[in-house]
Amino acid sequence: MTTPLVEMEGISKSFHGVEVLRDVGFTLYAGEVHALLGENGAGKSTLMKILSGIYRKDRGVIRIRGAIQEIDSPRRAAELGIAVIHQELDLVPTLTVAENIFLGREPRRRRRVGLDRGRMLREAREMLELLGMDLDPALPVERLSMAEQQMVEIARALLRKSEILILDEPTAALTEREIDHLFRVLRRLKQSGTGMVYISHRMEEIFRLSDRITVLRDGRVVATMRTEEATFEALIRQMVGRPLEMRYPKKSVAPGPERLVVEHLSVPGKLHDISFAVRRGEILGVAGLVGAGRSELARALFGLEPVRGGTIRLDGRPIVLRHPRDAIRAGIAFVPEDRKRQGLVLDRSVQDNVLLPTLSRLSRWGWLARGRERAEAETMIARLSIRPPDPARAVRTLSGGNQQKVVVGKWLFQTPKVLMLDEPTRGVDVGAKREMYEIMHALAREGVAILMISSDLPELLGMSDRILVLHEGRVSGRFTRSEATQEAVMIAMAGGA
Amino acid sequence: MKAFILERLRRSGPLLGLIVLSVALALTTPHFLTVNNILNVLRQVSINALIALGMTFVILTGGIDLSVGSMLALSGALAAGMIHGGVPAALAVALALFAGAAMGAANGVLVARGRLAPFIVTLATMTVYRGLTLVYTDGRPITGLGDAFGVIGRGYLFDLPLPVLWLGLGFAGSYLLLNSTVFGRHVYAVGGNEEAALHSGVATDRIKIWVYTISGLTAAAGGIILTSRLNSAQPTAGMGYELDAIAAVVLGGTSLSGGRGTLGGTLVGALIIGVLNNGLNLLNVSSFYQQVVKGAVILLAVLLDRSKAGR
Repeated sequence: MTTPLVEMEGISKSFHGVEVLRDVGFTLYAGEVHALLGENGAGKSTLMKILSGIYRKDRGVIRIRGAIQEIDSPRRAAELGIAVIHQELDLVPTLTVAENIFLGREPRRRRRVGLDRGRMLREAREMLELLGMDLDPALPVERLSMAEQQMVEIARALLRKSEILILDEPTAALTEREIDHLFRVLRRLKQSGTGMVYISHRMEEIFRLSDRITVLRDGRVVATMRTEEATFEALIRQMVGRPLEMRYPKKSVAPGPERLVVEHLSVPGKLHDISFAVRRGEILGVAGLVGAGRSELARALFGLEPVRGGTIRLDGRPIVLRHPRDAIRAGIAFVPEDRKRQGLVLDRSVQDNVLLPTLSRLSRWGWLARGRERAEAETMIARLSIRPPDPARAVRTLSGGNQQKVVVGKWLFQTPKVLMLDEPTRGVDVGAKREMYEIMHALAREGVAILMISSDLPELLGMSDRILVLHEGRVSGRFTRSEATQEAVMIAMAGGA
Repeated sequence: MKAFILERLRRSGPLLGLIVLSVALALTTPHFLTVNNILNVLRQVSINALIALGMTFVILTGGIDLSVGSMLALSGALAAGMIHGGVPAALAVALALFAGAAMGAANGVLVARGRLAPFIVTLATMTVYRGLTLVYTDGRPITGLGDAFGVIGRGYLFDLPLPVLWLGLGFAGSYLLLNSTVFGRHVYAVGGNEEAALHSGVATDRIKIWVYTISGLTAAAGGIILTSRLNSAQPTAGMGYELDAIAAVVLGGTSLSGGRGTLGGTLVGALIIGVLNNGLNLLNVSSFYQQVVKGAVILLAVLLDRSKAGR
């Protein structure tokens, strides 16, 4: 057998006395995609941060191409040909595509003064063509879509002749079509001998792409196997340490009368003539490509977009939404797409965050009732089983799934009439996903009308009573649960009939 | 538990600094640790500390208020002008406070509704308010303000200088406002993550307008005390005060990016500056060197804070 690109042996790491990795072994061969699976907090990111020089291991050995290496900085990792494609992209938004690709190693003219712009643009274009991207390298990166930005990052890794690529949730913000393209690129890289570590919560992708799978749980390797030998159920069992009966719990509630009725809603430049209704106890799934106007629809119904034309009625009464306060007063709740940017004040406690929309109800003439605050926060922590169950804990230190529960908990002190969730399970582990579905069903049973936006089609099909599809700001399809198939919804998402 | 202790240490860092500084001065100079000198220090810091309290609200939302020195001057001049024109002292004080609040509110409206950078807005209004002061006073001091008004800055309650009492009241009021009201929570939320606050239904614009209004109010209070103590309103009063106030806030451990900080810290920060000035005077250090030392202390404090916050 050939020498592996990466060999990690007996890796252990502790933070503040808490062991997050114990005796972990991991190998990566040239031309291999090795998936790393595990719930949030299982140690995947820590292991990869050790490989990419962000953290230092406490014990263990790392060999790169057979030679023992101390990877003590990201710079050292880059010299060894290790590149990370992050969840959060590391690009400078105001610089152009070419400038980003060449950042830190710009080609210079003679005598090392002055950039060779012509060469930069030319080589960047070649690099992008190699990736199958038809992209103007002179465009500033901030004008690109997430998928395009990711390709720029990959191009940058290629330029640096990185043979070891770490992809951390690369598809989290991509649409199906963009994912297909990304996978084509990754397969081509594989053929040319690049080794890739692939971290994702989406099982389908792991089965489609990977050669081997390593499952981590609580900082230890539970199993490493060839992908063709793995089954979905076995992997889930290994990840969570217990069997998970059904992926999408079946709910048993018949939708009631119409709760939210939207007619001819328009937001200039973003939404055109949108009409739909959601009933009490119904889950309406909203599908669409990135940029189709899904988030804008939710934002408009939460008073965050200037609505021009159309009517919104809640329980038969017309409402006007100019500020989130108007929406909240009317009984509309919104769990936004980006929980760190829009959902949480990361430095504040679980209590402060979960109570933020409710404070005025807990106060008299603006004066807070401290004792009641804590009691209310503890009730919500128990109800949603937020872990750790400590109201004073800064939300920054919680796992993704528990952070998401805090965002949802903000809206449950008074049962909302309408709950809108934008990508509620993105970046959330399997166990927490399941809890999120249970919470949605429980609310539906209480008569809440739920509007769920998701890029995860199986989730959308599994959870929704009906599906509304948007394409370029217009409704391009409506499906009932029985009509909705993955193919039909995807065609509508792409704008087809 | 360890994290808890570290957090405690980080929070009490400024206080430890103040204690170390005071002990050092008590050991090196015979005059530092006397009742008279301590009251003297407290009186000297009262104006800067008051302004810094208002500044803390602004900085907690992630903003900055460079116009405090000019608001101080204009409010003081208005109070003096009204008293000169025969308005009773109490009414003149009330109106001057109101004027300060109105100037602050104008800053707030420009920042919140105009979506302008606080630095730019208050840099501009710093000049505008200073200019208005010069116009109003015709560039000359307003003097002869009478005894009733003079009490505010020069009077005593038993042995306590009144400016210290005003600072105490200002601190108590702002402490309650920041820590016991919905408004206070919203201030922290806006500074910690404005987007998330908006998504939670917080009226972020209104919160911003209010914090600048508070800053205007505390600046006006400082202006009235200063004018009373000097028995005259100087058109150039308060120049550079914004920097001392910002220094006090930062020394007190409040983050300039917003969302983190306390009023207690600010008070300690103002005291550190005051004790430092006083001690350097007692030690006969030239005023040129005093500036160097003050700047170095600020840098040192921020560096210590940074090293403790990171890991």
